[in-house]
Amino acid sequence: MEKPLTQHIRADRQPLTLKEYEMAGGYQSLRKVIKAMTPKAVIDLVKESNLRGRGGAGFNTGLKWSFVPADSTTPKYLIANADEMEPGTFKDRILLECTPHQLIEGMILASYAIGANISYIYLRWAYKTAAHALTKALEEAKAAGYLGQNILGSGFNLEMHLHTGAGRYMCGEETALLNSLEGKRATPRAKPPFPQISGLFGRPTIVNNVETLCCLPHILMNGPDWFKDLSRTSDAGTKIYGVSGRVKKPGAWELPMGITMRELIEEYAGGMQDGLRFRGALPGGASTDFLVEEHLDVKLDYTSVAAAGSRLGTGTLVILDDKTCPVGFVKNLEHFFAQESCGYCTPCREGLPWVEKILESIDLGKGRMEDLQLLAFHTKYLGPGNTFCAFAPGAMEPLQSALKYFREDFEKHIHEKVCPYERETLSVLR
Amino acid sequence: MTLYIDNKPYDVKAGKNLLETCLTLGFDLPYFCWHPSLGSVGACRQCAVKMYRDEDDKKGRLIMSCMEPVANNQRISIQDAEAREFREHVIEWLMTNHPHDCAVCDEGGSCHLQDMTVMTGHAYRRFNFKKRTHKNQYLGPFINHEMNRCIQCYRCVRFYKDYAGGKDLDVFASRSNVYFGRHEDGVLESEFSGNLTEVCPTGVFTDKTLKQHYTRKWDLTTAPSVCQHCSLGCNIIAGERYGELRSITSRYNGAVNGYFICDRGRFGYEFVNAPGRIRKAVCDTEVVRKEEVTERMKHLIGSSKVIGIGSPRASVQSNFALKMLVGKNNFYHGVSDNEHDLANLVIKILHEGPAPTLSMKEVELADAVFILGEDLTNTAPMMALAVRQSVRRQPMEQLAHINIPAWHDGAVRELVQEQKGPLFIASVHTTKLDDVATETFHSSPDEIARLGFAVAHLLDDDSPEEASLSPEESKLAQKIASILSMAKRPVIISGASCETDHVLEAAANIAWALHRKNQQAGIVLTLPECNSLGLAMMGGHRLEAAFNAVLNGHADTAIIMENDLYRHGKKSIVDEFLKVCKNIIVLDHSPNPTTEKANILIPSGTFAESDGTLVNNEGRIQRFFQVYEATENIQESWRWLLGLGTALGVDEMSHWKSFEDITQAIAKEEPFLKNIDKVSPPAGFRINGQRVPRETHRFSGRTAMLANINVSEPKPPVDSDSPLSYTMEGFRGLPPSSMIPFFWAPGWNSVQSINKYQQEVGGPLRDGDPGIRCFEPVQTSKIQYFKSDPAIFESQEDHLLIVPLHHIFGSEELSARSPAVGERCPAPYVMVNTADSADLKIHENEELSFEVGGQPYQLPVKVSSEMPRGMAGLPYGLPGLPFVELPAWGILNKEMKWMKQQ
Repeated sequence: MEKPLTQHIRADRQPLTLKEYEMAGGYQSLRKVIKAMTPKAVIDLVKESNLRGRGGAGFNTGLKWSFVPADSTTPKYLIANADEMEPGTFKDRILLECTPHQLIEGMILASYAIGANISYIYLRWAYKTAAHALTKALEEAKAAGYLGQNILGSGFNLEMHLHTGAGRYMCGEETALLNSLEGKRATPRAKPPFPQISGLFGRPTIVNNVETLCCLPHILMNGPDWFKDLSRTSDAGTKIYGVSGRVKKPGAWELPMGITMRELIEEYAGGMQDGLRFRGALPGGASTDFLVEEHLDVKLDYTSVAAAGSRLGTGTLVILDDKTCPVGFVKNLEHFFAQESCGYCTPCREGLPWVEKILESIDLGKGRMEDLQLLAFHTKYLGPGNTFCAFAPGAMEPLQSALKYFREDFEKHIHEKVCPYERETLSVLR
Repeated sequence: MTLYIDNKPYDVKAGKNLLETCLTLGFDLPYFCWHPSLGSVGACRQCAVKMYRDEDDKKGRLIMSCMEPVANNQRISIQDAEAREFREHVIEWLMTNHPHDCAVCDEGGSCHLQDMTVMTGHAYRRFNFKKRTHKNQYLGPFINHEMNRCIQCYRCVRFYKDYAGGKDLDVFASRSNVYFGRHEDGVLESEFSGNLTEVCPTGVFTDKTLKQHYTRKWDLTTAPSVCQHCSLGCNIIAGERYGELRSITSRYNGAVNGYFICDRGRFGYEFVNAPGRIRKAVCDTEVVRKEEVTERMKHLIGSSKVIGIGSPRASVQSNFALKMLVGKNNFYHGVSDNEHDLANLVIKILHEGPAPTLSMKEVELADAVFILGEDLTNTAPMMALAVRQSVRRQPMEQLAHINIPAWHDGAVRELVQEQKGPLFIASVHTTKLDDVATETFHSSPDEIARLGFAVAHLLDDDSPEEASLSPEESKLAQKIASILSMAKRPVIISGASCETDHVLEAAANIAWALHRKNQQAGIVLTLPECNSLGLAMMGGHRLEAAFNAVLNGHADTAIIMENDLYRHGKKSIVDEFLKVCKNIIVLDHSPNPTTEKANILIPSGTFAESDGTLVNNEGRIQRFFQVYEATENIQESWRWLLGLGTALGVDEMSHWKSFEDITQAIAKEEPFLKNIDKVSPPAGFRINGQRVPRETHRFSGRTAMLANINVSEPKPPVDSDSPLSYTMEGFRGLPPSSMIPFFWAPGWNSVQSINKYQQEVGGPLRDGDPGIRCFEPVQTSKIQYFKSDPAIFESQEDHLLIVPLHHIFGSEELSARSPAVGERCPAPYVMVNTADSADLKIHENEELSFEVGGQPYQLPVKVSSEMPRGMAGLPYGLPGLPFVELPAWGILNKEMKWMKQQ
């Protein structure tokens, strides 16, 4: 099984130095592309490879690039979205900490494709280890001539800067990220215009996820067919999947796209901890719908997960077991979302705290049956298009599916005026 | 193009968004964050409608109408159940944290949030948790802050920062805790902060001066009026209750002030309520009745040689009545001779020159601006706001190809970034517009004129050459000339505030030279007071001549109308004049050093108690209406003079019975003002036989408010001067645009109801924006360029060239008497250059002693590196600072300084 992204990660998880990366074939892809391929050819090839954005939305990367005006004389920008802050998600972290040069190479290739001469890595503030690794890698790459003027004699110039955020989930949203990078409040922007037309400082900009960018050197080295063949499904490539929750071996693994949830949990995460049963999972971070037992054999790719009523998102499972209160679980998530709302649009700013308060009151046994209607109302009206950006709709995904799959738990809380899980724990203690 | 709304086709204009289109069509679609002047940002989500792909699409999807451009054959539904439900829930969400304090909230009854809540039908509270609370801030004497009421529409910061260029109001924190305020308690710095009270859709920012004598909007007796505090003539609505003027709000005029007014205009009204107002007629210390005043004056005037001194702050009617009473040859302008000459020069430039005089709306649309000599923010504040819009707008033109409509505010800002349209400012000191200027030039008024003449010559060889510029100055002149000549709609702005004719002449030459190549080029000239131009249009002699007439014995009696001569003439001369003058008859509303010397003092009405007409800097004739009938003996100056004229049997006045008669006479007599009678419908005008009421139909307490004095309800006064009534009865529809006493429409109690009075939202009022421009540019092939030779500035030892510095709060006489504005007035000072202060061995706040034109001054020093060397700035018109004609050389009195400091 090929693991192009993670194959060279050292056992001690120290970042690969430039030398180590080059020894492992690093920057060969760049050398090949920058001499032999036109930017347009790069875009076409990536389009053909069917690489879909690994940040969660799953948009075809090559297609996204093709919207950048090729003839534009204004500056263009490439940005690596390394603001990995989705609860339960830690896939980019591995790439950032262990193979920083792979990201840099991917970014140079992407910049070359879209004609960007300035690029930024927008890194989550808490990723200190990654910041350290990237800082060093950037210095090495600059010294080696992979960055700067006239890269490898090609005439192509690229500056690359590391920017660390101040710790807001919102900054992971690409347009809020752009505002933040410009030094403004991290609120999202209206689309259209899309960043490809008016992005950073109002200029054409591409924002790609770290994992997406890391795929590029391999795709361009080995070709689109090779990349497609890595996958078990129509969505190409490998994917770094993760599992968190009460499983025996939580972690992240690079696996062929389209592995099933059952395989992932049982073969890689070691199955549920003893005495616990699988109850459900958020397949792609906190802002995706629950999948439950009946979905265990769903293939974890964009198309299949969507067909099952959720989203692949970041591909990192958060597991709910049968001893954990789903109401408390969701309340926790909604607390996070209510805290992280940027406060720009009404439904998100005012709706999420209300949802959180209702869940809290249900969890405390103070809920009323009409509260369930209120929650359902929010899941309906905080939907896509009603709010300014996708934040609140994302926040509603775990709630709406919890209400669907775990409704009896909510009702039990209300009828028994106590959290049944807590009562059980208390009775065990007594 | 055709837009289908709920399956009915409508013919609509392209380029607009759906919200403004629906509002223009008359639909009641709720909104918060969108504002016609601020554009769309999609934050509040209140204006959701259903949009359908095509005729067959029955499901549709919710969209925000403010963010969606209209398209041909587009299908939307406002009435769709889901859209209505969503809009109702947006209010429900906003209400989760909004306090239920309407009953004690200043905004209640004129609150957009209240209106929208009723409009969407939200009535039942499902949220049963605690509300979030905030701390409020002290924001100065103008604005009250109550953050708990905030619904986070972001309009305040978008107006304050993005539109008006303010820097000290911002949004802080995030999520449901976002906070709109200053970084710490303190006075809001922007000169346009008062607009927050109208921009805010609820009661977060409210008028603090109104709070001192609070009245609900529906309980105010209001009338359309015109601001009296600078020459721009912004349209205002003035409101009264219990004989007290209680608030000033902006009256929309698409061509003049749009939606906004400045803080001087909004908060400067309280001089009207001042306890010291002149309320009784006094003849030689004896209080006399109204009838007796006329009788006594009749005798006095009949047996004397009388002159009349008019006023730039009195109406056209009052000045005209005085002129007719004393005779044309005995009518004098009550302004300094310099100001008199400058006003005449302005008329010459606007009347005889080819370049059109422009409105503020036209300035907003300019794509290159050159300001000569004016610190607009302090001399004509709303013009500064218009210039700011020009600078903000111009770069948008280059972005048209990206296909982003101008109303898409967020996207436009992102694309435009820090780009600004060309703006050049030549002034004696820094101005508040410098932060958006392409280049600034700080020097003496004559140097400014020299730069101007050089620019004009570069644009047109026929304009006289200005040879002796330094290489840097030449470079600057070339840059200005080249940018102005490339512009499609260049505007030259100047004015009387640096009191130098050369500056105005240079501005005229540039505008004319530009106009020769480009018919779109225009000129804007500002003047010192609200009716400076109206007064100058009527002819009349200089003040100096008035003084001489008395001092030389040609006259022994002076009627001084609404004029403190000490603000227009040197103290020693005015003292002498008033001493020699046998009879001093003064008509005024507020006490001042001149009224103190009156033998006969007659109480005039302020603008709020008067009908009248003003001519603004643009040459726009505008009518203002009496808000309430004054009590005691107060009446309009023109009414006093009319009575006197009739009693004296003055021929020209013999047939005058009313305001209307005077106005007709002006139209006949004064060529510039021939259209004055067409500015607003005559007094006899009725709609369906009805007057237009000054009071809303909800006006309360009419039968009770005076019951403590007399239980029988008094008969409402009858207005013989206008078609407005003093009651709540009358015509309920849209009145003619010149006489809108208040904005109200069913379901729209806040100022947002302005939508219903416009041809299209954000456009002109239904029957055109009020006011008639009295200058039409002269079509001529031969331009009579000014030829003058302003002096090269050279500093002189032991001298400083003193130039006037203007203050929005303080330089204007009447507003400075209002307590809130008074609080913002600076203390007198003199500003000198940093290096000069070092040479003089004088530090900040130490006192400098000097003499200008024989007038001694001793003032604390302000040091500024931006004040040109060899020059010093003296605040204009500040209370406590004696008048002196500037610019003039000040002779330093070093000994006095040393004595003082030792």
